Amino acid sequence: MKKSVFFGALAFTGMAAGVAAAGTLDDVKARGKLNCGVTTGLVGFAAPDANGEWEGFDVAVCRAVAAAVLGDGSAVEFVPTTGKTRFTALASGEIDMLARNTTWTFSRDVDLKFEFVGINYYDGQGFMVPKELGVSSAKELDGATVCIQTGTTTELNLADFFRSNNISYEPVPIETNAEAQQQYLAGACDVYTTDASGLAATRATFEAPGDHVVLPEIISKEPLGPLVRHGDHEWGDVVRWTLNALIAAEELGVTSVNMAEMAAGTNNPEINRLLGTEGTLGEMLGLDADWAKNALSVSGNYGEVFEANIGEATSIGLARGLNAQWTDGGLLYAPPFR
Amino acid sequence: MTTITDPPQGAFRLSMLINDTRYRSYTFQFIALIVLIASAAFLMSNLFANLSAAGLNISYEFLRSPAGYDINQTLVEYTSQSTNARAALVGILNTLLVAFLACVTATVFGVIAGVLRLSNNWLVSKLMSFYVEIFRNIPVLIWIIIIFTIMIAVLPGPRAFRGDDPAASMVFDAIAFTNRGVYIPAPVWGPGSLVVVGAFLLSIVGVFAYRRYATKLLYDTGRLLPMGWPSLAILFVPTLLVYFALGMPIGLEYPELKGFNFSGGIKVGGPLIALWFALSIYTGAFIAENVRAGIQAISKGQTEAAGALGLRSGRIMNLVVLPQALRVIIPPLISQYLNITKNSSLAIAVGYADVTATLGGITLNQTGRAIECVLLLMLFYLTISLSISAIMNVYNNSVKLKER
Amino acid sequence: MSDTHAHSVAFVRTEQVPPSPPPFTTSGPIKWSRDNLFSTPFYTVLTIAAVYVIYLILGNTLPWIFNGVWGTSSLAECREVLDGVSGGCFSVLTERWNQLLFGFKYPPDQYWRPGLTFVLFFAAAAPVLFFRLPRQLLLFTAVFPFLAYYLIWGGTILTPILAMVGFAAGYMVYQRFVAGSFAAGFFGGIAAAFVVWIIGGMLIPDSANENALLSAVPSRDLGGFMLNMMLGVACVSLSVPLGIALALGRQSDMPLIKWICVIFIEFIRGVPLITLLFVASVMLAYFFPPNTTTDLFLRVVIMITMFSSAYIAEVIRGGLAALPRGQYEAADSLGLDYAQAMRLIILPQALKISIPGIVNVAVGLFKDTTLVSVISMFDLLGMIRGPILASTEWNGVYWELLGFAALLFFVVCYGISQYSQWLERQLATDHR
Repeated sequence: MKKSVFFGALAFTGMAAGVAAAGTLDDVKARGKLNCGVTTGLVGFAAPDANGEWEGFDVAVCRAVAAAVLGDGSAVEFVPTTGKTRFTALASGEIDMLARNTTWTFSRDVDLKFEFVGINYYDGQGFMVPKELGVSSAKELDGATVCIQTGTTTELNLADFFRSNNISYEPVPIETNAEAQQQYLAGACDVYTTDASGLAATRATFEAPGDHVVLPEIISKEPLGPLVRHGDHEWGDVVRWTLNALIAAEELGVTSVNMAEMAAGTNNPEINRLLGTEGTLGEMLGLDADWAKNALSVSGNYGEVFEANIGEATSIGLARGLNAQWTDGGLLYAPPFR
Repeated sequence: MTTITDPPQGAFRLSMLINDTRYRSYTFQFIALIVLIASAAFLMSNLFANLSAAGLNISYEFLRSPAGYDINQTLVEYTSQSTNARAALVGILNTLLVAFLACVTATVFGVIAGVLRLSNNWLVSKLMSFYVEIFRNIPVLIWIIIIFTIMIAVLPGPRAFRGDDPAASMVFDAIAFTNRGVYIPAPVWGPGSLVVVGAFLLSIVGVFAYRRYATKLLYDTGRLLPMGWPSLAILFVPTLLVYFALGMPIGLEYPELKGFNFSGGIKVGGPLIALWFALSIYTGAFIAENVRAGIQAISKGQTEAAGALGLRSGRIMNLVVLPQALRVIIPPLISQYLNITKNSSLAIAVGYADVTATLGGITLNQTGRAIECVLLLMLFYLTISLSISAIMNVYNNSVKLKER
Repeated sequence: MSDTHAHSVAFVRTEQVPPSPPPFTTSGPIKWSRDNLFSTPFYTVLTIAAVYVIYLILGNTLPWIFNGVWGTSSLAECREVLDGVSGGCFSVLTERWNQLLFGFKYPPDQYWRPGLTFVLFFAAAAPVLFFRLPRQLLLFTAVFPFLAYYLIWGGTILTPILAMVGFAAGYMVYQRFVAGSFAAGFFGGIAAAFVVWIIGGMLIPDSANENALLSAVPSRDLGGFMLNMMLGVACVSLSVPLGIALALGRQSDMPLIKWICVIFIEFIRGVPLITLLFVASVMLAYFFPPNTTTDLFLRVVIMITMFSSAYIAEVIRGGLAALPRGQYEAADSLGLDYAQAMRLIILPQALKISIPGIVNVAVGLFKDTTLVSVISMFDLLGMIRGPILASTEWNGVYWELLGFAALLFFVVCYGISQYSQWLERQLATDHR
């Protein structure tokens, strides 16, 4: 069905786009743009800057995929989604991939029929409290009022944590991060909880970040990663291996600085395979031979992306922690490129 | 189609289906039916094609699985292990609660503002028209957010009550206004409290009986008994007597600062107050306009005639103008009540757990069952709206001017 | 009596005493304030209370407004300038001005396009709003939607021209056949328009957008107050014809059509707009043909149009009911058929008395367009709650932004409601 009659009539508005039925990869190539679902604004992960350009850690993944497929990291249409709309947007084909700090869980993978292609950030839910409360552990929060940013698995983890520790609390679910922190700062809640990375990002924007502490407890596993629709394995492979390429490049020491030099050919066959000077990995994915080189040229390897957006040099100031390479005691472990 | 299977007497030509008024309506209805069925079939086939392509199905099983999240204001028993259906029920009750409260206060605000806007006091009437215009012309969502922001910024947090020289203190040592909500003393029912409540209920009956007796006496004999203070006396004296005679069985539990929050007493949550106040003051502006229009619709002659009969101005309002104005006011008032109920769905902006926030919010987010949740949500609002209109229509018919 | 003793009694005046001025307390501002402010003790209390309220409000807001800071580039800088004094950081408005009006994605060098559309909109709306203006101006109103579409979305000019040609073709066919039968003209017109669109749609090459004079802007990039205006104007103008059809359908003698309209209207009026927007954002995509995607903007326009058409239908139904029975009977007695009677006699009168009601619905609808911020569209409120408050520079500037949004809506809505009252006075032909 190239253009149905209904859409023939609607097409004059220029707003309804008929899409050929093949795979997502072909769609993206035909369209010349990648539609990537992101949050409506979380500093460090995905937020438009003052000029309207999207930037952040999740955004970098989108750009890398766009560069791998289309050779151009700016050929991305960012679709802001809320916690409510993100899954429908992906399931209905409005977006090609979702990179919206979404936790990989069983039911989302199996019941909602999505495919998580990997993990780009190992997160966990944490608590932030004002220093003056003198709280040093989350177990001391009996009876506290807790502001929750809704949308991820936050509410469920919170309920489980307080239930298993047999202490009471009062939840205040808030839609946007801005409103939640407004309440927290005004003292309408004692605790603010969301993913630890989000807490750090939020704390960084406070007038006096030093007056607030993030408690040591991390009460949940939040493996955040990009996801695609179930069933379209070719497209899933493209996104998965683009992410892996970013991670492997860091492990192999390929950076945006030395990439041009390395692309000329190195002694390490894995680097050569990754950068397309050896083997036919790109062809197998249905992409150009220098797909990974393109992906890496947008903003560098995983480590560079991390440092530029959320690393210790930025206002968010997250340490690598679990998100270090396995060689450095972290969990990042890209399968071999061969 | 009956026109084809059962042709009329005489020559039937196909063109009659369009041109003959006897058949034309059947033709049109037939076409409409075809179009309706066709478009429904088109949409449904798309839906099922899309769902099967995405590997999804329509299932309401999620309603029976545990919700897994907590809700801060529950009118019925609820824990995080309760089902999603239970969470929806909690949300429904919260919606009804805030809608009911807001309807009552919006009416009060609206009537006061509407009457004052017609008053002779220049300043007050200007102030009221300012109130009406400013609330009618700014979106309710902005008002909800502004009022909530004001509330949490102006009222102190519970922390401000702590310490030797607290920045805030409780009103009468009994009521605490915080930006998390208002804490008021809760009654503690001791033995014998039932008798006190019974006495109070009986006194209410007594007041009505006395008023009826006084009216009857007035009509029969022309003697005017005082109304105000005897009613008050009947209402309170017996109850107080019983209360003290039984040794004060009903006590009060005062809220006190404990840990992070106040405990004890009754907590009226901040989101509830903000939403309640925002909806009532916003809708109050609309109701004020309805009230003003209703009063102005009563012709000046009615007031003058009542004045000629020697009625005082308060009685003119109560006995002559308002009963007639109510007929004009009630129908738009019904639609304002419906608007309150529908606007309460914006509760999510302030974190109030209404049905849009539970069923259409967290449950939808966590289960991903978008179609099912949204359909249930619409079904609920539809039921509420239709029942409110039905009830109010019955009332409306009973006060309608009987035209002969 | 005075005649006889006129000269003998010296103390009798011969001319009238000039009237002395009324007592100081019964004239001028004092009398006015006694009448209007302090006539009874109750009113006195009210007046004092009102003055106190006004003092409280102004006393808190005026210093804040006058101390406002306009030139800084972030909240921290602004707080430094204020140095603890109460004052607004209005620099967020100047710094994010374009984002508040146009959203954060609209290409900055193209801002003149929505600006020009906004100005032209007044020219197009004027002949509809003011009956005294020459009727020829309506021609521009008819062209405006296509022009506005072209200006805002850009892309190839062929698209709006094709749409316009389709409508023109439909209108010509309608004119040609309407004399014979309204139904033939109406459906013929629709068919002709569709034929033109389908044929034309195949003729326009897919690459037409690439070298267009005005660069194409995807509707996802629209935002800010512009989005509110566009949703408001588009949905109201689309829903008026739909509302007329629904109102006529609800009054129809044909039970099936009547019930379809009644169920539609009551269903839409029974649910909150936000649930309909949820439908647009999470459900509607499933109802379009597989493997096609429809823009969120279009889906939202569809749902809001359905929403407002139900309300407009009720307003028009009121207008129809307000017409005296005699008008219908007179039309019948002239031998007009249903379509003629409606077109020539009933609707012109019914619509005229419905206009104030329609304007009220339009104001309500325009205010309700802020709800799209809940479904991740960046309208004025969405921009404020999303990107601006989430940014590191302006995290925490609530009052200035919310106040600005409130002011903008107030100006527009108050203007429209003043127009509606003016119109009501113009239309009031009865002398009560």
